[in-house]
Formats: sequence, structure tokens, C-alpha cells
Amino acid sequence: MSKERVSAIVVDKKDNVAVALSDIKRGDKVTIRIGEKIEELVARSDIPFGHKLAIREIPRGEEIIKYGEVIGRATRDIEIGEHVHVHNVESLRGRGDLKKE
Amino acid sequence: MMFRGFVREGGVGVRNYVAVICTVGCAAHVVRKIVEANPRAKAIIHHQGCCHVPPEISHVEKVLINLALNPNVHSALFVSLGCEGVSAEKVADEVSKFKEAEVVRILDEGTSKAISKGSRIVEKMLVEAEKMKREEVALSELKLAIKCGGSDFTSGIVSNPVAGKVADLIIDNGGTVIFGETTEVIGAEHIVARRAASEEVAQKLYKAVESMEQRVIAMGVDMRKGQPTPGNIRGGITTIEEKSIGAVCKAGSSKLIDVVDYGDIVKERGLIFMDTPGRELEVLTGFAAGGAQITLFTTGLGVPQGYPIMPVVKISGNPETCKRLSEHIDVDLGKVFYGEESIEAAAKRVLKEILEVASSKKTKAELLGYEDTVEIYVRGPVI
Repeated sequence: MSKERVSAIVVDKKDNVAVALSDIKRGDKVTIRIGEKIEELVARSDIPFGHKLAIREIPRGEEIIKYGEVIGRATRDIEIGEHVHVHNVESLRGRGDLKKE
Repeated sequence: MMFRGFVREGGVGVRNYVAVICTVGCAAHVVRKIVEANPRAKAIIHHQGCCHVPPEISHVEKVLINLALNPNVHSALFVSLGCEGVSAEKVADEVSKFKEAEVVRILDEGTSKAISKGSRIVEKMLVEAEKMKREEVALSELKLAIKCGGSDFTSGIVSNPVAGKVADLIIDNGGTVIFGETTEVIGAEHIVARRAASEEVAQKLYKAVESMEQRVIAMGVDMRKGQPTPGNIRGGITTIEEKSIGAVCKAGSSKLIDVVDYGDIVKERGLIFMDTPGRELEVLTGFAAGGAQITLFTTGLGVPQGYPIMPVVKISGNPETCKRLSEHIDVDLGKVFYGEESIEAAAKRVLKEILEVASSKKTKAELLGYEDTVEIYVRGPVI
């Protein structure tokens, strides 16, 4: 959220994902605001407006951090610039499907 | 800060309605017909009131009583079928300790006569209600409920933080803010509990969240797609934790004074949590029964719901939504999204809108007449 419009923002400096502020296409150069800094990376998949992309390598089983808090866990390895959503992240809560353990 | 409301026993109304309330879903037809004949009256049509296990019969009765006791209600007519589980007499007797309440029973005289008798009662109530005038009262008389619905990623970064600042401003001025949606505290309970006024209040919150999550887990499935909803997921929300963390900031930064059960009248001032599900129909009913005169509703997707006896003020931080669905959105926060307006400045704008609505300005949902969003939350089976 700045006067020069970036294409994604990181909400908290502990986060390993950014939020897309416009539709991003695979191969696009993405400018990301992290606090006062602007960083750049290349999108490895299409990322719709409002969806998340990885700003760090996130190995399978690692926590996804947004707002500086845990919002789920990677179900497979996620590369920098990849779309982060229900296809590669699971919730840790309300999981009746895991009840057997 | 002041607003102009209807001063009555039990609080200051921002509206002055005659409510026509079915005591059981089966009486809805007659309620609708009475309100069609008296369009200034407000219909409260839900689908509960019978075939519950006994503790829930009392629970539904409590909610019906408390809905009629909402400060926006001048007087109430209860329409009973006559064979339902809840007692229409008990409900009306309790309400009549504070305001006028009557009952018509469909099985006593038939549908047509119940409609004409009910209409005559409502006409008289409307004449009485319309004698009341607004008076200037302090902002501290306001109980504002805050809810988020149709959330997308902008909710967590724009409209909910703005709502949180509004909550802080109201509480700093001696008012009350109610928030709920226990489902949307799953994964964020530690953040809310940190601000509890006592360990006891923190434990009440943890217990409400745990009980909600256990009922989900008992179904043996992953809750995703139930919550977050398919609309949330399309909007970019991946898990309930993500939705919750974005949701709880709408309650601001004040101390959490108490946790109350669904539909309980909120008596203390300050920030109060009510144990509700996330769905609009039940949440809005719970807040109205709790005594909220207005609900501030944050939305990313731009959903339209209002409530028959309680104005619902919509704010959105999604600039595309604000453009496309301006007929649903009372306050456009698009500039906050682009960093062109501060959250504090936007919160002042929202509070001004709330005070205008409290003093008579119609909300977008009121202008649309979008107000059938009513259900009473029950936790047990319908049997």
C-alpha cells in the first residue's frame, strides 16, 4: 500500500507469502512491498488478484506465515514466486478427516 | 459525539419499529400477510420454535424475547401457530414487562381471522409508535455489533482494520462493541485471549472456540469449503486460520470485557464477544437479540444483507467491489487499499456514517429492502 503501486505486498515481515494486488501472469516480474522495501521476483505461476505467492522456498510440511501468524502447512514443496493456495496448503484446524490419529 | 435516537426503557433505539415475529417457522405465512397489509411494520421470520430438545426450546424463547426487547423495537406482535414447542404467552409476558407485546394464534381462529386480527393490533401499535420523537443522546448509548461477511483478502488488510479502529473509537467514548463468529476465531483465539480482562474471560473464549471446533471435527471431515466458504477461497483465503486472523482485527485493540452466549442481552459496556456461528442469518439475529442497534458489516465481495429491525452499515476495502456493487456498499474504503487514505481517517468517516444512520439516514440495505436475513442459531438436532 504505497503511492507507487506495487503488484504485491507482504503484510508482516515474518511472512513467507505476499498478496497479489492485481492479476499476475506466469513469467511476470512482480514488485513486492515489504515494509519500506521493494523487492522483485518472477512469478512461476498465474496468481489471481488477492491470492498469495511464495516469497521464500517453502518445503513440504513447513508452516505458511501471513500476518506474522501460522495460517497452515505446505502439502508439497513450494518454490519462490509460486501460487500458494488450497492446492498446496492445508489447514491445521477443524480437521475431522484426521480424527483417527 | 452524539446521535438522535428514540429513548426508551432498555436502551436508545436508532429505529422505532413495530415488529411482527413468528414464534415458530410454521406461522411465517401470517406474519408475511400482516406486514404486507402494514408495510411500516417489520417481519421477523425464522424457522425454529418447535421440535427442539428442551434446553433449546428455552434458548429459542430467550432469543425471541430479546429480539423484541431490542431498543429499535417499539412494540411487538407474536404470531403463534398454537401447537409449537415454545410458549408464545411466556415470550409475550416477558416482553410486556418493558413494552407492549401481543399474541395471535392461528389454530384458535384460522388463518384469515388471525391475519385480520393481527393487522388491527399492528395498526394500533404503529399509531402509538409514531408519536415518539428522536432525542439527542451521547455516543455512549450505542451498542455497535461488528461482523465480516463475504470476506476476501482485502477484508483482512483494509475493512477489518478500519472496523477495529471504529470499535476503539466507540469504546473510548464509553460505548459498547459486540463481535462474534466463533468459527472465525479458530486459529486466532490466542490473539483475542491476550486482551481478555481476566483469565476467566480468556477461558470462556477458548471454551467457545473449542466447542465449535469439536462439533466440526465430530463430522469426520475437513471443514474447508464449509469455512472458509467457496467465495472466500475464490477471493484468495486458503484456510480457516487465515480467515480468522484477518477477521479478529475487526474487534480493535480494546480489552475484552466478557464472552456471552448467543442471543444474551449485552449489559456491560466495552468490548464483548458473543458465541455465534459465522453465517449472516444467525449472527445478525444474535446481535439484534443482544441489543445491538446497528451492525457494522465489513465485506470484500460486497454482499447485500440487512436485517429487519437493525440497520446494517456495509464497508468494503475492495475497490473493484465498491465500483461494481455500489448499491450494496455504504462506505467505500478503496482509497485505503491504495494507501491514499489512512486507516484512522477512514475510521472517522465510517463512524460519522454510523452516527448519521443512528440518527435516521437509511443504509443501502434499507433502501433495497434487503432484510430477510433472519435465523435463530440452534446447536442441537431438530427432532
